[in-house]
Amino acid sequence: MDFLNAIVALSNFVLIPAMAYGSQLALGALGVTLIYGILRFSNFAHGDTMAFGTMATILFTWWFQSMGLHLGPLPTALIALPFGIMVTMVLVLFTDRVVYRFYRVQKAKPVILVIVSIGVMFIMNGFVRFIIGPGDQRFADGERFIISARNFKELTGLREGLAIKTTQGITVVTAVIVVIALFWFLNRSRTGKSMRAYSDNEDLALLSGINPDRVVMVTWLLVAALATIAGVLYGLDKSFKPFTYFQLLLPIFASAIVGGLGNPLGAIAGGFIIAFSEVFITYAWKKVLGYILPESLEPSSLVQFLSTDYKFAVSFVILLIVLLFRPTGLFRGKSV
Amino acid sequence: MSELFLIGDTMTGGYGKGPDILHECTIAVEKGEIAVIVGPNGAGKSTAMRAIFGMLDVRQGAVRLNGEDITHLSPQDRVTKGMGFVPQTQNIFTSMTVEENLEMGAFIRTDPIDETMEQVFELFPILKDKRAQAAGELSGGQRQQVAVGRALMTKPSVLMLDEPTAGVSPIVMDELFDRIIEVARTGISILMVEQNARQALEIADKGYVLVQGRNRHTGTGKELLANPDVRRSFLGG
Repeated sequence: MDFLNAIVALSNFVLIPAMAYGSQLALGALGVTLIYGILRFSNFAHGDTMAFGTMATILFTWWFQSMGLHLGPLPTALIALPFGIMVTMVLVLFTDRVVYRFYRVQKAKPVILVIVSIGVMFIMNGFVRFIIGPGDQRFADGERFIISARNFKELTGLREGLAIKTTQGITVVTAVIVVIALFWFLNRSRTGKSMRAYSDNEDLALLSGINPDRVVMVTWLLVAALATIAGVLYGLDKSFKPFTYFQLLLPIFASAIVGGLGNPLGAIAGGFIIAFSEVFITYAWKKVLGYILPESLEPSSLVQFLSTDYKFAVSFVILLIVLLFRPTGLFRGKSV
Repeated sequence: MSELFLIGDTMTGGYGKGPDILHECTIAVEKGEIAVIVGPNGAGKSTAMRAIFGMLDVRQGAVRLNGEDITHLSPQDRVTKGMGFVPQTQNIFTSMTVEENLEMGAFIRTDPIDETMEQVFELFPILKDKRAQAAGELSGGQRQQVAVGRALMTKPSVLMLDEPTAGVSPIVMDELFDRIIEVARTGISILMVEQNARQALEIADKGYVLVQGRNRHTGTGKELLANPDVRRSFLGG
């Protein structure tokens, strides 16, 4: 029984939250990696693009709620999501038109584009706070749990409860669907293949008659969708606060780099590696260990390796270790 | 003489705002024939070919394809006009499969491409076996076959090859030349730059020896091979 309790406690506090967080990071990292692979720069404005998309979705959610629209047990944000994505698409295309294109035409170096994206980041950052404010927004509604801790205990008679939040379920399911759709698009569709070709060898892609403007446009549209979905899932699961999204940039970049920048598969793997290590190392293992170790060995301390305040440090240590041994990431990304 | 199929006529030009590299250089190829550009290092061989393909400024002279002046068209537009180009390096999509490489080669086409792909597979049977493999994992000779196959996917009327045998073994080189002759027999004009001058001139209908961006010798492949001056300077006796 104790062993089962340990597994349940582990799932409840570590595996399930890390799974949801990993999905959110993976979606974020996919956006970063697409930009890097195709537009060839690290987009520091990605966290704030996520914030903008989430904000747009929240505004639509509030509007729909005020009209009495809802999805029953599912959050209203899911209806608002496509609208949020569309607004974000308009924003990123506008940004590309007025900012990035200028530098692309000049064939600016990647490092210049990185600095440009930091400028874009600050503007988006201010814009989002100007509209929705810097505070915390909770916009999840509908059923809170797929299975609550109390129900689980009653059902199984175990001492430990297992809670699965609706938002965690939605996160994982949505991430799976989005990833399958994205990979189908990149590997099977003509436009997707032309994007990979452009990312692989720009000159040869031009020689083959691939239209670079179209590739760039489709990339931004995909990135807007990925960023908004990642942002909304994160916001539903936790809460929406512009500053948190700015901070998310760190683990997202760590994920993309660990997996290998420019490699979509790597971004997904990286997302989960970062999420699991973050949760593993900042979790207090006392409870789980208490179940599996004999009484004499029961730990007296919390057995928490690092306080959660340092969770970002975990991403960077992993980043450092991976880069020391595999400089282009686990899945062989590229470097521009 | 009747108008040649593709001609870079007395071209003078260079890259961007840089100095002239080509000086009144003329390169031409007849329908279904093989023309080869040879010469010492830095003679402007590849530059001459790039000039014909529109990758640098031709300040004087003209490029005509089938009688039409294409001097001011971009390389992409020339592809649509029926010119295929195989660069010397980075001429394949390494992360994509052989089949995807060919598919990307045919990107500008809107008609079905299966038949052309079959023809490429007939010409290069090894590619059919490796169609699902990433092109970057193939050997040097096989990569060159992918590169040529990719350029053939647009059904070009003229195929331009920049040192197709660079870095492959002599056996593979002979095989590649055989394939290039086969391509020419289907009516496609071939214009290529070659480092291996002797072997290239042996298969050439027309040869151009360039020195410092100027035409030094022009003639059929046999004439050039027999020319004592050419033999002494470029073919090692």
